[in-house]
Amino acid sequence: MLQHFDPNKDYGTPARISENLITLEIDGVTVTVPEGTSVLRAAALVDINIPKLCASDNLDAFGSCRLCAVQIEGRRGYPASCTTPVDVGMKVVTQNEKIAKLRRNIMELYISDHPLDCLTCPSNGDCELQDMAGAVGLREVRYGFDGHNHLDAEKDLSNPYFSFDPSKCIVCSRCVRACEEVQGTFALTVDGRGFDSKIAAGQDDSFLDSDCVSCGACVQACPTSTLMENNVIEMGQPEHSVVTTCAYCGVGCSFKADMKGDQVIRMVPYKGGEANQGHSCVKGRFAFGYATHKDRIKTPMIRDSINEAWREVSWEEAIGFAAKRLKEVQATYGRESIGGITSSRCTNEETYLVQKLIRAGFGNNNTDTCARVCHSPTGYGLKTTLGESAGTQTFDSIKYTDTMLVIGANPTDAHPVFGSMMRRRLREGAQLIVADPRKIDLLKTPHLKGAIHLPLRPGTNVALVNSLAHTIMSEGLEDKAFIASRCDDKAFIKWQAFITEERNSPEAMQSITGVDAEDVRKAARVYANAGNGAIFYGLGVTEHSQGSTMVMGIANLALATGNIGREGVGVNPLRGQNNVQGSCDMGSFPHELPGYQHVADDEARGRFEAAWGVKLDDEPGLRIPNMFDAALAGSFKALYVQGEDIAQSDPNTQHVEAALKALDCVIVQDIFLNETAKFAHVLLPGSTFLEKNGTFTNAERRINRVRKVMPPLAGKEDWEVTVALSNALGYEMNYNHPSEIMDEIASLTPSFTGVNYERLEELGSIQWPCNEQHPDGMPIMHVEDFPIGKGNLAITEYVATDERATRRFPLLLTTGRILSQYNVGAQTRRTENQTWHNEDVLELHPHDAEERGVNEGDWLGISSRAGQTVLRAVISERMQPGVVYTTFHHPGSGANVITTDSSDWATNCPEYKVTAVQVEKVTQPSEWQKNFEDFNKKQQDYLKKGRRSRSEEVSQ
Amino acid sequence: MSHKIFIPRDTTTLALGGEKVVEAILKEAQTRRLDIEIVRNGSRGMFWLEPLVEVETANGRVAFGPVEARDVTALFDAEFFKGSTSHPLALGDPEEIPYLKKQQRLTFARAGVTDPVSIEDYKAHDGFKGLEQSLKLTGQAIVDEVKASGLRGRGGAAFPTGIKWQTVHDCSADQKYIVCNADEGDSGTFADRLVMEADPLMLVEGMIISGLAVGATQGYIYLRSEYPVAHQIMNEAIVNAYASGYLGDNIQGSGKAFDLEVRLGAAAYICGEETSLLESLEGKRGLVRFKPPLPAIEGLFGKPTVVNNVLSLAAVPFIMDKGSKAYADCGMGRSRGTLPFQLAGNLKQGGLVELAFGPTLRELIDDFGGGSESGLSMRAIQVGGPLGAYLPDSQWDTPLDYEAFSAIGAVLGHGGIVVFDESVDMTEQARFSMEFCVAESCGKCTPCRIGSTRGVEVIDKIRSGNNVEANLALLDDLCETMIDGSLCAMGSMTPIPVKSAFQYFSEDIALANASSSAQAEAK
Repeated sequence: MLQHFDPNKDYGTPARISENLITLEIDGVTVTVPEGTSVLRAAALVDINIPKLCASDNLDAFGSCRLCAVQIEGRRGYPASCTTPVDVGMKVVTQNEKIAKLRRNIMELYISDHPLDCLTCPSNGDCELQDMAGAVGLREVRYGFDGHNHLDAEKDLSNPYFSFDPSKCIVCSRCVRACEEVQGTFALTVDGRGFDSKIAAGQDDSFLDSDCVSCGACVQACPTSTLMENNVIEMGQPEHSVVTTCAYCGVGCSFKADMKGDQVIRMVPYKGGEANQGHSCVKGRFAFGYATHKDRIKTPMIRDSINEAWREVSWEEAIGFAAKRLKEVQATYGRESIGGITSSRCTNEETYLVQKLIRAGFGNNNTDTCARVCHSPTGYGLKTTLGESAGTQTFDSIKYTDTMLVIGANPTDAHPVFGSMMRRRLREGAQLIVADPRKIDLLKTPHLKGAIHLPLRPGTNVALVNSLAHTIMSEGLEDKAFIASRCDDKAFIKWQAFITEERNSPEAMQSITGVDAEDVRKAARVYANAGNGAIFYGLGVTEHSQGSTMVMGIANLALATGNIGREGVGVNPLRGQNNVQGSCDMGSFPHELPGYQHVADDEARGRFEAAWGVKLDDEPGLRIPNMFDAALAGSFKALYVQGEDIAQSDPNTQHVEAALKALDCVIVQDIFLNETAKFAHVLLPGSTFLEKNGTFTNAERRINRVRKVMPPLAGKEDWEVTVALSNALGYEMNYNHPSEIMDEIASLTPSFTGVNYERLEELGSIQWPCNEQHPDGMPIMHVEDFPIGKGNLAITEYVATDERATRRFPLLLTTGRILSQYNVGAQTRRTENQTWHNEDVLELHPHDAEERGVNEGDWLGISSRAGQTVLRAVISERMQPGVVYTTFHHPGSGANVITTDSSDWATNCPEYKVTAVQVEKVTQPSEWQKNFEDFNKKQQDYLKKGRRSRSEEVSQ
Repeated sequence: MSHKIFIPRDTTTLALGGEKVVEAILKEAQTRRLDIEIVRNGSRGMFWLEPLVEVETANGRVAFGPVEARDVTALFDAEFFKGSTSHPLALGDPEEIPYLKKQQRLTFARAGVTDPVSIEDYKAHDGFKGLEQSLKLTGQAIVDEVKASGLRGRGGAAFPTGIKWQTVHDCSADQKYIVCNADEGDSGTFADRLVMEADPLMLVEGMIISGLAVGATQGYIYLRSEYPVAHQIMNEAIVNAYASGYLGDNIQGSGKAFDLEVRLGAAAYICGEETSLLESLEGKRGLVRFKPPLPAIEGLFGKPTVVNNVLSLAAVPFIMDKGSKAYADCGMGRSRGTLPFQLAGNLKQGGLVELAFGPTLRELIDDFGGGSESGLSMRAIQVGGPLGAYLPDSQWDTPLDYEAFSAIGAVLGHGGIVVFDESVDMTEQARFSMEFCVAESCGKCTPCRIGSTRGVEVIDKIRSGNNVEANLALLDDLCETMIDGSLCAMGSMTPIPVKSAFQYFSEDIALANASSSAQAEAK
């Protein structure tokens, strides 16, 4: 059949889905396509390539360029094939003398207002206008070039990543439409009319000053060099491309790395990527320059104490040094005195190896990962209720969602590409319910049809979710059939009795949540009555003392309303880091082997023991916060950290710093001298996602290939470093390629048995479980049943957090993300993304500002029971009174100096989202910040000295 | 005894000093302690006679015109208010003025007769009878009646109105709309304005009937912002219609609902094109949409929508009152009923002439135009607005019929007729036609956006004698590109006047060249 999809070809208009198939004839070729398909697309599917300029298959047909004109038997004139839907028995002619003349004459008009500088144009070699001029055989422009034109139009160079040169613009509106239809920002428009029509950002602002979020959709859409990456302008067209997976958030976008040799020219979102379907955000699209930043650590380094300079050494020496120190510590303090932390930024294969090294090489289960501080409650909560520690849907499923309930997530900043998919569905009429203390940008979606905002007080999630469930049950809105067939009745009866108690009603909970009871009821009705209701949540759910309870509360809602097990519904945790799903899957937690198999499960452990050839500990090891406590207690002495910056990202920074200082040996494997590395004794250079092979697993359980596009700057991919360390420790590892590691994973993990690199090449990506029952993976989970049989509605008693507003600390601080920066900022701070957000600020409501005499831009001291820091004030109506907000993208901000040791009862996930604080005007940085500056300066100095010593050595 | 005096309130009358006449009459009446009642009616469309003052007498009305403020004292002296015809401006019974008497006024029967916003007056002159009839019928029966009348879209495209209504009628949707295109932007046209200023309730009635026919409950009149007087009068009429229960959720107790409001355009000719009108009505830029989908199926806010010209909707009350046959009995061939022609340009008697289709263009000009205003002989007539052909004398015997005009590459359009005398340089007119497209193109499609600008440049080259043969060939090619390639009628019809000017008046090229080189020498 002709429906083969080539992601590198532009079919002109989007695919249509229809059961009605239409057969027509194009240039004598019989074509059968779904009803609603355009003639242009139908032709492209049989490789009849009609010239086009304004059409692109990620945009709705527009019909402006008129190049795709065709003739249709029995119809008048020359209809544009992009806007003409196929019809039964239609006979289309795409090429004849008359059509050729029309196209040539149209092209002649275009070129009469276009610079003739093809040879020196950045688009040379990749220009649709040039291609089309060639295709139609334009040979002269009879109008001459002295008529009205736009050749002197001024360039807009305000954006750091791309340029706008309107002198080359053909006003096809593809950029405007991409901004609207793909990204959903509506930053661009066409200003003026007729010949004066021109593309304008905002109210004729510069791109940088407009609402533009630099997602790059317009640049990608532009058929000329009007919107062009600066890298291409500076370096020319790439010569080859490699498809790989973005290393930023958990959306897991596929990109084509456009290369010149081993230099990345640009990252272009890959249309074949099923997670992002050809879209991108400012981080993945443009912020890759950190990979070759001068701060990259390229040589292994060691030192005896953190108070001395680094020494650059060979890999052998560094690995040997690390192994010796680890052995010494274990010899002195015992087997359990060392541990490691796997990385949610590294590949599945690398994460697997680190936990394997710890379990098999270190001989204990002291392995944990940064999911501890983000989505560990998701694992616990979903496993308890649904039986699997993962989101239930594909991203694509949102196309069928009627109501989306977004809790504690800020998708347009933290998961921007999925945020755009949400916005598209909202524009199509889906209802939005947002439960968040702040008025997040999703609520400001252009052309939003209906939205309810539930601005709850931080720390009262469970009270809110209980009152939603109470409404559903007390108003009879539940899905009785689903409950009867899919839920455990004993658990349900118990839960029903609990949730319908009056104290869980919206009216009773109003004083706790601060949310109007009627709004809660309205939201519950909208969610329960939706054909398809889907819940999306983020760290605003998990990072609480009741994080796990809240996750269960969410699952309860979905179970009670039957919103599980089909397209458009489900429970969807939005994962923060690129491979946080993968790092959890790969057995990073102290109590679980890969595939969430408990260490105490003799059968499972037995299989691993057999495969790994060692005896494994059957007791769970230390979690990250336990490691810190044990370090301070003197029983935990050495730590191997791969690709995580606990000194910046974990709460109560001063506690973390003290713990790190108490360790005898800290081995950091990272691409930069991060905050943790400043406390390290061994610094092993890491490799970026561009420098290695492997796989990442995104928030929809999609295993995507990561492909090496350039050699590792320090000579080793991360997995090779772990292998070397393991071998030096005496536990032999022997792999030639990450695919062999995946084969081992598949052999030991029931949900991965069908996964291997050949299958990944074949399918593009695989959503686990992928095994005998699900050979191609499983996009939607729990369709027939749950891994635990029946859905288990759990009792979710609301317990107030200890972090509450007091007279001393009358405000609640909550933390979050911003679009341009990523997590601890180690990557994005080393790119031009700094243009948008070069410091963390404290957002507060005008009322709280006025009460404290605070003006925009004032220095504010923020203190909690854990510590104090200073940030600049931003006054924002987005906040509710009594709640302040900041981000933690810059280490010097010390956001986590303030956050406390309060954590989730089940998983110890820190309560980043609620800290009682006081805010006052100050004139200088906090004590911690001053110490941070001094310490940072000292450590940077040590790094410089280490590098110098090496270069002196080399020159001798 | 009170004397009833009618002085129109339409734009033309106001432009000609109507307000001053009203003031002068009131002042004079006060001085003479005369009890007079002034009714502000609409114009009858004989614009060369405005301000046309009419007096009610026992024997019917007596007209005086054109009246200026300075004539008022003498009129009073001549006791015009009693209907005395001794003053030289006296015209007698207005209905007997040949200009009016020779017309077939089906649509404009009430124009100038009634107070445009008075429900009582409207009803007293057959108003709402069509609606009364329609309320007894099913939607399909109304659609059938309109189909049988042969009414075709009066906006210019002449698409059968009944068939369009049938399409909307047959769509199932939670909401349908009636949109009246009152963005009357063609040069030399004013019939829509006259409907709205002289008999707005007829349009209201037509829209209600249309709503009943297709199942639409909301109507919008998209009115050009350059018509402030029409806006005012239309709104007054709508308020009165609501107050009397003709609009709202229970039309005359029928349980049927129809709401109506006026929305103003923003001075863009292209918004008279139905799809960009819909875009504009939705609050967006006035950009042309491609078709399909037809607005009848996916129109305003994506819902099935009737988009009809003012004149099409205004013809409906007559059809529903007197029957489709009464309407279809007028006309010729496939052009049934009447078309209100609008005479403008170099004529002594500019104004509105409603005639059944059929007479020739020459008959229309000769019978009603009153001859050349400048005294120079007539040379070219542009029919159908700025996108219509310039017709030479040799084509003036063409019957006023859609098909007959189409056969000579011309259009009847909205019935606008602009007459040029022999002083005209037709190459300049051709240039003007292209320039109009430059000014009014929405800019979406390439042939219109760039083509019109290049068109002006090429014509300039031709006019200045620059490589005339090659540039004429290029202009031909450009016109072909615009006709075949443009997205809407703006771009595809601009070549009509351009080509006709060069085809029928080619002798002007040499004249333009000569004048251009003379100018060059002078410099």
